Amino acid sequence: MTDSNSSIGQSVDAVPPPRRTETKLSIAWRELKKAPLSAKFGLLVIISYIFVAFFAPVLTPFGESEVVGPEYDVWSGEHPLGTDNLGRDMLTRLFYGARNTVGIAFITTCLCFLVGGVGGILAAAIGGWFDQISSRLVDILMAIPQLIFALLLLTIFGTAIPTLIIIIAILDSTRVFRLARAVSLNVVVMDYIEAAKLRGEGMGWITIQEVLPNIMPPLIAEFGLRFCFVFLTISALSFLGLGIQPPTADWGSMVRDNATLITYGDVTPLLPAGAIALLTVGVNFVVDWFLHKTSGLQDEH
Amino acid sequence: MIAQRLGLGLLTLFVVTLIIFLGVEALPGNAAEAILGQSATPETVAALERQMGLDLPPHERYVKWLGGIFKGDFGVSIANSREISDLIGVRFANTIFLAVMAAVIAVPLALILGILAALYRNSYYDRSVNIVTLSSISFPEFFVAYILILFLAVTLGWFPSLANIGPETPFWERVYRCILPALTLTLVVVAHMMRMTRAAIINLLASPYIEMANLKGMSRSHVILRHALPNAWAPIVNVIVINLAYLIVGVVVVEVVFVYPGLGQLIVDSVRTRDIPVVQACSLIFAATYVLLNLTADILSIVTNPRLLHPR
Repeated sequence: MTDSNSSIGQSVDAVPPPRRTETKLSIAWRELKKAPLSAKFGLLVIISYIFVAFFAPVLTPFGESEVVGPEYDVWSGEHPLGTDNLGRDMLTRLFYGARNTVGIAFITTCLCFLVGGVGGILAAAIGGWFDQISSRLVDILMAIPQLIFALLLLTIFGTAIPTLIIIIAILDSTRVFRLARAVSLNVVVMDYIEAAKLRGEGMGWITIQEVLPNIMPPLIAEFGLRFCFVFLTISALSFLGLGIQPPTADWGSMVRDNATLITYGDVTPLLPAGAIALLTVGVNFVVDWFLHKTSGLQDEH
Repeated sequence: MIAQRLGLGLLTLFVVTLIIFLGVEALPGNAAEAILGQSATPETVAALERQMGLDLPPHERYVKWLGGIFKGDFGVSIANSREISDLIGVRFANTIFLAVMAAVIAVPLALILGILAALYRNSYYDRSVNIVTLSSISFPEFFVAYILILFLAVTLGWFPSLANIGPETPFWERVYRCILPALTLTLVVVAHMMRMTRAAIINLLASPYIEMANLKGMSRSHVILRHALPNAWAPIVNVIVINLAYLIVGVVVVEVVFVYPGLGQLIVDSVRTRDIPVVQACSLIFAATYVLLNLTADILSIVTNPRLLHPR
């Protein structure tokens, strides 16, 4: 505690207080330069993943599921990471995997926040029977272990990508619902919410204009953590052969398809798994820093 | 208090069976059509429906299904027409064996690491344990599993990379073959337990009676082991049971990696072949174990906390 206090004191001395003329961008840049090494590392990881995801076709000479050589070819100049179980270029698929796996996990997390976040805020704002029913529904959904529930639903509805996204998003939205409801409960009792209601504002306006801005920091941090969970769940399902289906390049199924190589002491199949781990660690570092930052800023005021 | 929680737990279990039953009801077509496949004529489908009791209305079927489960009858697999209870029996025992083995390694390890981290908090030991546990939470289970296989099975050759056990495998041979999967599960759950142990003890260190003990001039380890730990048991036991519940579910991926003949492997295979009765039965067992362990955790935390036991 004393440690963080003194560091805040020092930083206030060293940097002049922000003036009105500063844009949000320059404030962000200044904060970024002060960020700890772990957060910078995390940001670097996230940015490079996004870069690779967007420019995968430019960065790779081969097609996503193009067979370019013999199966399980060794690392060479032409194929820097060798080829996979069907003779497709490993590096190419690793790059495309950034696009597919991370992209799908990102869309799922967004959907999950849309459902859980809106539900949670509305439950807090409306209260009464709506709150009771939705909260009990969430309790029931959370009573069944998530992976097992996902497996059951995937058996029933099949393993197409839209189905996968909807199932994981809804199962994960229960956690977002609880958080959003808990933090909004503190906000909806405020006078300005009462004032807005008396002004005759609609529920949608109150939710978006009054409640949402006040609960943003915990929700953003939760978005990072939730993304990690969704990402790991989807990878686990793909690894089990029940998530993203071939020939789409995906890190979970790439590990599964090439796992035999490990028994010969080859590390290639570990690379997609390592890519998953690196991104989750990176996101966790940034979330950690963000949580520290937002709680620290509240101390200063 | 306890009776109330027990009632809630039973209600949860009931709702879980209802969800699992209704989820399958939502399917287009039914099991009879799925078994007979393309060659089905309306007459044969109707005959099989009558034989399986599918012509009954849903609520009667639900009661019948639930009654059958209490007698250990889960129905028949679509894929190979075998009794599901035969398929499940041995595999469930195997899964429990693996989970118990992981727990036997993980629980003492987490307690020791957590107490040491509380004892030497903010030291290099504390920080490095923190970083290692944080990253082990972030790693996918199969990544941890394959790293262990690569180093301990392939490079060093100490343990087998596949955990293929049969009913006649002797006990110690079983333990030996299960070391890698158990170790993987351990690494996955130990982080959470260890952090909660550390937090529970550090929370107590601010209490006046701990300060008193410090002022008396007691050694730090004595204060933590004799004064803080007994009062920290309640939250620690709670976290341990919750993690055991997680272990039961976490086995799914690990069993697939090590080709271990357990319930997790079975549910994954059955999802792939869309063998719905088997998936239904497996998810019911997993969900029930999970609900019961969480219930145990809640009851234990009531029992170990006198303030909750005698509410005013």
